[in-house]
Amino acid sequence: MNNQIDQFDTGILPTWCPGCGNYGIWMALKSALKNLAVPPHDTVIVYGVGCHGNMRDWMHVYGIEGLHGRAIPLAQGVKLANSGLTVIAVTGDGDCIGEGGNHFLHAAKRNPNITVIVHDNQVYGLTTGQASPTAQEKMETKSTPDGVAEPPLNPLSLALVAGGTFVSRGFAGDIPYLTGILEKAIRHKGFSVVDILQPCVTFDKIHTYEWYRKRVYQVEPTGTKKEALERAMEWGDKIPLGVIYEEQKETSEGFESVAINPLVNASLGIPNRDDFLSMFR
Amino acid sequence: MKQFVTWKIGGEAGFGIMAAGTMLAKAFARHGFYTITANEYPSLIRGGHNVITVGIGSGQFDSLYKTVDILIALNKETIEAHKKELHEGSLVVFDPKNQPLQMSDFPVAVQCISLPLSEIVKTLEADAVMRNTVALGATVALLGAEFSVLTDVIQTQFGKKGTAVVDENIRVARAGFDEIKKTYASLNAYYLEPPKQSEELYVMNASEAVGIGALDGGMKFAAIYPMTPINALITFFADHKKDLGISYIQPEDEIAGINMAIGASLGGVRSMVATSGGGFSLMVEGLSLTGIIEVPLVIDLGMRPGPATGMPTWTEQGELLFVIFSGHGEFPRIILAPGDVSECYLLTRQAFDVSQEYQIPVIILTDKYLNENQWCAAKNLFASPPPPHDGKSISIDAVVQDFKRYDAATPDGVSPRSTPGIKDGIYIANSYEHDEKGFTTEDPDMREKMTDKRLRKRNAIINRSPSPTIYGSSDSQITFVSFGSTKGPILEAMKLLEGKGISSKLIHFSWVYPMNGSRVKELLKNEKRLIGVEGNGTGQFATLLMQETGIDIQEKLLKNDGRQWYPEEIVEEINKSDKSINKQIND
Repeated sequence: MNNQIDQFDTGILPTWCPGCGNYGIWMALKSALKNLAVPPHDTVIVYGVGCHGNMRDWMHVYGIEGLHGRAIPLAQGVKLANSGLTVIAVTGDGDCIGEGGNHFLHAAKRNPNITVIVHDNQVYGLTTGQASPTAQEKMETKSTPDGVAEPPLNPLSLALVAGGTFVSRGFAGDIPYLTGILEKAIRHKGFSVVDILQPCVTFDKIHTYEWYRKRVYQVEPTGTKKEALERAMEWGDKIPLGVIYEEQKETSEGFESVAINPLVNASLGIPNRDDFLSMFR
Repeated sequence: MKQFVTWKIGGEAGFGIMAAGTMLAKAFARHGFYTITANEYPSLIRGGHNVITVGIGSGQFDSLYKTVDILIALNKETIEAHKKELHEGSLVVFDPKNQPLQMSDFPVAVQCISLPLSEIVKTLEADAVMRNTVALGATVALLGAEFSVLTDVIQTQFGKKGTAVVDENIRVARAGFDEIKKTYASLNAYYLEPPKQSEELYVMNASEAVGIGALDGGMKFAAIYPMTPINALITFFADHKKDLGISYIQPEDEIAGINMAIGASLGGVRSMVATSGGGFSLMVEGLSLTGIIEVPLVIDLGMRPGPATGMPTWTEQGELLFVIFSGHGEFPRIILAPGDVSECYLLTRQAFDVSQEYQIPVIILTDKYLNENQWCAAKNLFASPPPPHDGKSISIDAVVQDFKRYDAATPDGVSPRSTPGIKDGIYIANSYEHDEKGFTTEDPDMREKMTDKRLRKRNAIINRSPSPTIYGSSDSQITFVSFGSTKGPILEAMKLLEGKGISSKLIHFSWVYPMNGSRVKELLKNEKRLIGVEGNGTGQFATLLMQETGIDIQEKLLKNDGRQWYPEEIVEEINKSDKSINKQIND
């Protein structure tokens, strides 16, 4: 069996801009899957729509390119159908926190055993550089020439208050550390969020690799959700990376009794048919 | 002796009005009578007033009638609200303690039946709420049936609460029965003829019929956001999901619902959603996704009056053209519109197979009228469903070289499906235009190849689409044309017309789209007088028929007041138009 990282390559070369943070995320994701020994045919990656979603063509796993913002409900459906699969939603900040914000909150509340990766670069790259919901206040973009009017939404604190059971942040410029976070997130039994800071080299000249490198530092999970929330909201001179919060809770597949016996293997039709239908007498 | 009786009970909410109606319907259905039960929501009448109507027939009938034969009034409001529905000779059962009544209170000569409900309950030292049970017993006597008709239904209804409660209910019902037999011994105007058949019947609403059809169609996953009129389907799945081994999820919205169902379908599980027009509006984007990734999905759309919130607890057939044209981009879909509860079962079951076979969405158009009323269906209908079939799919241990999920060379446009977990079946379900393996493409030749492949399915579907069903005499003066739930009222109207010496037939479409236009044209072109009957304001089915066959139905009976058609109304409309035709001739 191929246990090399290239088992996840399709042979199609990425079309992302040279230097894009997506390369680092892609490398880290492939390494994490390799390290966890998850075969490509047992992995489903659901992509949103955005630069991140182009990964579908060069990632050799079962792929679903859904609609903008809808990766998380698609991923939940796949996981409920077949809990034996490793299911990952690869999303963007506009995709997941903007268009799909409601799905993000409710998935965190529901706790399906899936991993959500947020490519967080503060801009809409594919539509050539408008502000995303995570864009910093006053940031000038194509849609905000006078600067973003409001403070950004924070994927970590949103996940925490909505009930997320694994909340973490990585940096596309540190692939080994990001790989470790992704491994933990995929292993976690429940809704795991990995917010990944990534420079958009084309449309954001402020938040460069250098800008992030000067500020990021690594942390370990803190005890309480309240402490985790404080850490999640840290931004500016110091930006924490790592697993910020983790807890164990019943998953939605567990609650649906399909965590151990996947729905896809269940026999079709109505068990004890005559008895069941007698309710209509 | 009557072949058919319409019974109605009204009273304050909380007085077991709904339970009384359901029990009456089940009691008679268990003894071979056909029943239809319809409830009207409190929003109709102020003050939390409840009304339920039960039609009981010794033979099959397909719609309720507007006129009421027996009205049980547990309060004065019931009489005020419903006296216009009474006809000469209708019985009005009332408690003399509540309201002294006389014939002059009514627009027509009804017969007032004084039944001391409160007094009977008091004498038996029973709870005042059990007046409905007295009324049930009295009803059985008025219909000329044996009291035993009621007993096993009471046993089923109250069995869980213990024998004391069962006995108490039987005692109270018996008192109502005996009171009628004693005081109105000679009143036999509404005695029912014995049932004409011996077939066992089930009583269910259309949501439950759709639910059973889904289960027999192999459905294992449903994501349904609550919305009138499909909430009974949620209850059915949620209450029984553990016994059935299915998963029902309440999503955060309809957008999540359809995407979860698509995800589950891609994961290898037959999936469905259900909603009404407003929820379907939110699902339209997801519908388009099924179109390009070619994933099976079944959608139950229970229609109700729009636009927007409209009248949520009433009925309409207003979404036909919406579902046919919904979704950005061009892709095939199938639209089914069952005419009754039996068709709801059969067509939903079939929907899962054809959805699987063609890897397309199938939309079942139900409506509030079907979904929230209780109907009879023959038990035999459900006896031995055929096993679901998968269409073109590759098995878990398949060894495939160079798998092409979107193989464009197939004559019917349907390519083999794989599901995650199959080693050689890896592909991308890509919402972007893609090549045969699912990789993104913008190449014009490939784009054309893939759109041709998807649209080619439509021809395959049209070739197998069943013809409409024809009811009634072959050489008829009138030919009704309809789709969906207008079937029942038309069938009953045909009986009324026959009584007046007018022969008629119905050409009913339950497989609505895509339509085999040339075949339908052949069927319709020689009919003398086509009359379209629809529950909407624009004649949407007539528009579709015009589009597919070129036949323009001139005479349209359209109704969009939120209420279903009643047979009497159809006959009345035909009388009116006959008069105007005669007038034109004479002028």
